[in-house]
This record gives sequence, C-alpha cells and structure tokens, in this order.
Amino acid sequence: MLNFLRTIGRVFITFLMNAGRLGVFFVTSVAHIFRPPFYWRQLGYQFLQIGYFSLPVVGLTAIFTGMVLALQSHTSFARFNAEGAVATVVVLSMTRELGPVLAGLMVAGRIGAAMAAEIGTMRVTEQIDALTTLSTNPIKYLVVPRLVAGVLMLPLLVIIADIIGVFGGYLVSIYKLGFNPANYLNQTSKYLELEDVTSGLIKAAVFGLIISLMGCYHGYQSGRGAAGVGRATTSAVVSASILILFMNYALTSLLFSK
Amino acid sequence: MKLPFKIRVRGLKKSFGNKVVLNGIDLDLHAGESFVVIGGSGTGKSVLIKCILGLIEPDAGSIKIDGQEIVGLSYTAQQKALDKFGMLFQGGALFDSMTVWENVAFALTHGHGMAPLEAKKIALEKLQAVNLDESSAFIYPAELSGGMQKRVALARAIAANPEVIFFDEPTTGLDPIVSGTINKLIIDSVRHLGASALTITHDISSLRQIADRVGLLCQGKLIWTGTVKEMDKTDNPYVVQFINGLPNGPFTTV
Repeated sequence: MLNFLRTIGRVFITFLMNAGRLGVFFVTSVAHIFRPPFYWRQLGYQFLQIGYFSLPVVGLTAIFTGMVLALQSHTSFARFNAEGAVATVVVLSMTRELGPVLAGLMVAGRIGAAMAAEIGTMRVTEQIDALTTLSTNPIKYLVVPRLVAGVLMLPLLVIIADIIGVFGGYLVSIYKLGFNPANYLNQTSKYLELEDVTSGLIKAAVFGLIISLMGCYHGYQSGRGAAGVGRATTSAVVSASILILFMNYALTSLLFSK
Repeated sequence: MKLPFKIRVRGLKKSFGNKVVLNGIDLDLHAGESFVVIGGSGTGKSVLIKCILGLIEPDAGSIKIDGQEIVGLSYTAQQKALDKFGMLFQGGALFDSMTVWENVAFALTHGHGMAPLEAKKIALEKLQAVNLDESSAFIYPAELSGGMQKRVALARAIAANPEVIFFDEPTTGLDPIVSGTINKLIIDSVRHLGASALTITHDISSLRQIADRVGLLCQGKLIWTGTVKEMDKTDNPYVVQFINGLPNGPFTTV
C-alpha cells in the first residue's frame, strides 16, 4: 500500500517537474523571439521545411478526407432524405475541424519527430554545447526559428488543406454521386461563414506552436545515446498529438461558446 | 614573475542525484599557461570544464574569470564573460549540416556578426594553420577522417582568437602520429595566440608535450598539482600509479 502511494507521489512530482521545465523553456524561448540577433536564414529554412515540404502529406490527407466525408455523409444522410446537405457538411467539417486537426497530426508526425531527432542528436553529440562556446545562444539559433515557423506555417497549410478537402468532396459528389456542379458550389458557399475559417486558422496556429515546442523541448532534453534520441522523438510526437487533440476540444468550446 | 589569474576556481561542487562528481575543486589558471588535468575515466573531468564554461550549473563554489565571479550570473551575462573562450570537444561536435569552412567560421558569422566573405577568408587561414588545405574546406565534416575532424574542430575553436582554450581529451582515439600532430598544433596555436589552455586528458605522452602544470583529479578533488618536472619526482602514490599505468595502487581498478 505504501509502495503504491509512493509510486503515485513520484509520478505526480515528475509530472510537475516536467511541466515546470517546459514552462521555463517556453517562456525563455518566447522572450528570445524579440531580442536580436535574429537568424533569418534559419527561419527561412524552417519555413521551407515546415510549410513547403509538408504540402504533399497535408494535401493527400486533405483530399482523401474530403472525398470520404462526401461519401459518408451522402450514404448516411440518404436515410433521412438530407443528401442536399453534403456540400455544407464537407466544407464546415473541413474548415472547422478536420483541416486543422488532421494537418496538425500529420505535421506532428513529420516535423515534430524530425525536430526532436535533429536537436536530440545535436544534444548527444555536444553540438548544442558547441553553439554556446561559439558565442551563439542555442535557444535563439535552434528553437526560436522553429517556433516562429511552426506558428506561421500551420495556418497556411490549413488554408490549402481546406481548399483541397473541399475539392475532394466536390470530385466525389460530382463524378460519383451525380450532384450538379453549380448547385454543389452554391451549397458550399451558402452556409460558410468567415468565422468557420478563422476559427480553424487560430487552431492551426496553436497546433503549430505545440508541434514545434514539443519537438524542440524533447530534443533539447534528450537523454544519452541513440536510445535517448529515440525516446525524445517518441515523446515529441505522442505529446504533440495528445496536446493537439486536447487543445482542439478546449479551443472549440472557447471559440463557439456563444 | 607572477602572472595574473585568468581563471580561479574555489570549492567547486557538483552532484548528479546521489552521485558526487566534483567535491570541492580548487584550480588556478594563469594567463598564458597550459594546465592539464588528468584523471581516470568518469572522474568528472568533463563536468569540471563544462562548469567553467557555464554549460552545467555547479551546486556550490566560486568561478572567477579575470577576477569576475560568474557563478550565479544570468546566462547572457555569463556568456559575455565567456566570449573569449574556445573549446575543442572530445567528439569534435562539428555541425554536420554545414561545410567545413562554415563550421570554422561559425563563431565569427553567427556569434560576432562578421560578413561571410571576410569570415571565410579567416576560416581558410585557420584551416591552413592546422594543416588542412582548401580542398577540404568545402566538403562536409562526415566526409573527413577522425583526425581531420579533430583538426577542423581545433581550427573552429581558435577561429575567434580566444584568450582561453579548453581541450577535452584532444588525442583520445587517434593514432600516435595524428596525436603528435594535434599536440604540436595545440602548442603552436596556444603560443601563437598567447592564450591560456586548460586540457583534460589521460594520455600521458600528450601531457608531457603540452603541459606547463598538471593536476590529478580523483574522487572529486584535485589531489595533486605541480609542474611536469615535479610530477616525475613526486612520491604521491596516486600520481605514481597514474602516470606509470600500474595495476596496483591507491586507485581502485574498476
């Protein structure tokens, strides 16, 4: 019994310690965003890595999601003669929910893992210590560009994912389910409001922050050797994914509370 | 002639969990001298250097650089005091995403905001100083042999003309000829720059070439310090066992 309580206590204290460390890491990093020197080349490189090179993955995810949304909602809505709502369902689901969440999860797998592995390897091979001895702040050089790029690139990716997703739904509805193209497009824009899109973009920015923060933090804290880097990578992806799903609920209830 | 202290360490302590690594280190490094710390593997030699460089926060003690206390300073203030320090890491710690010359020029371009063209010129000069020609300047560190990587790391450590250079096991894992070259380069670069050097090693032949003074680290303390000549004459059983590599003695074999 005592051992059991001890274990609970230990887990709880470890959790608090990690949360504290993460908090300090986050605040330090944000403080460095606004203080020179700025490493523009690193920032540009991260824009490319996170934004441009994630396009294929995010695009493919979006198109299949849009397609299956049209198919599923058509077959289920047919049960109560509401097939006309397919276009609306596709566009609202994509912009409000599936665009940001799926793009976030895919990028967490692609970018979060890469960040943790790269920074973790630099930690293990003393390259991070070397940065310090070369008069360069590793937080400024490694973490800040990734955080900024994550926050700015994810919304852009999500806009593209929204468009591709709606296009996927359009394809299935027109060529498989026999909708009229003009009607479908009309239905798509009819009930769509600006708020639906902006709420998705706000979510995307938060998810971008989560992905970069988790990738950098776990990489930075990486343990020794290949096993340490492996654990860091796993932690980065798992924690980012869970935080994305959690924050998705929190943000949805916040943004649509009225 | 009494040279001023470059680094003065007093009562430095550091533990990791229950494991006491440094237990009250006192160390003086004078301007222009080469001090070598010897000690077995895992005795905290690297931890000592990393404490002085501000990479690890000590639990207790004082570290003064040019008379200025750096323990307890903020990261930024600490790094400002350490700006004139260079470090050669054990594994080289070269940035594998950059070419050799970009590695060497890193402190200049990123740390001190020098224009790339100018920094490149200096980088090529420094590479020449460690006997590497231009052909190796434009490839990536992974394409170089271990000895060449060490030389690039050395060039990087001296690129910004530091006043103090730290060497973490500079000859470990290199063949005797490459070790000899590295030792000679260390002596040349330190003399040439007029810098002080703090080296940690367990390579006794390297020590004899580069050291002015020697300290033996054991159980978290510098238990013996003296010149190389004194080292050969001392009857301190730890020193005698260590420099002669005797299997029996006060060091417990692990």
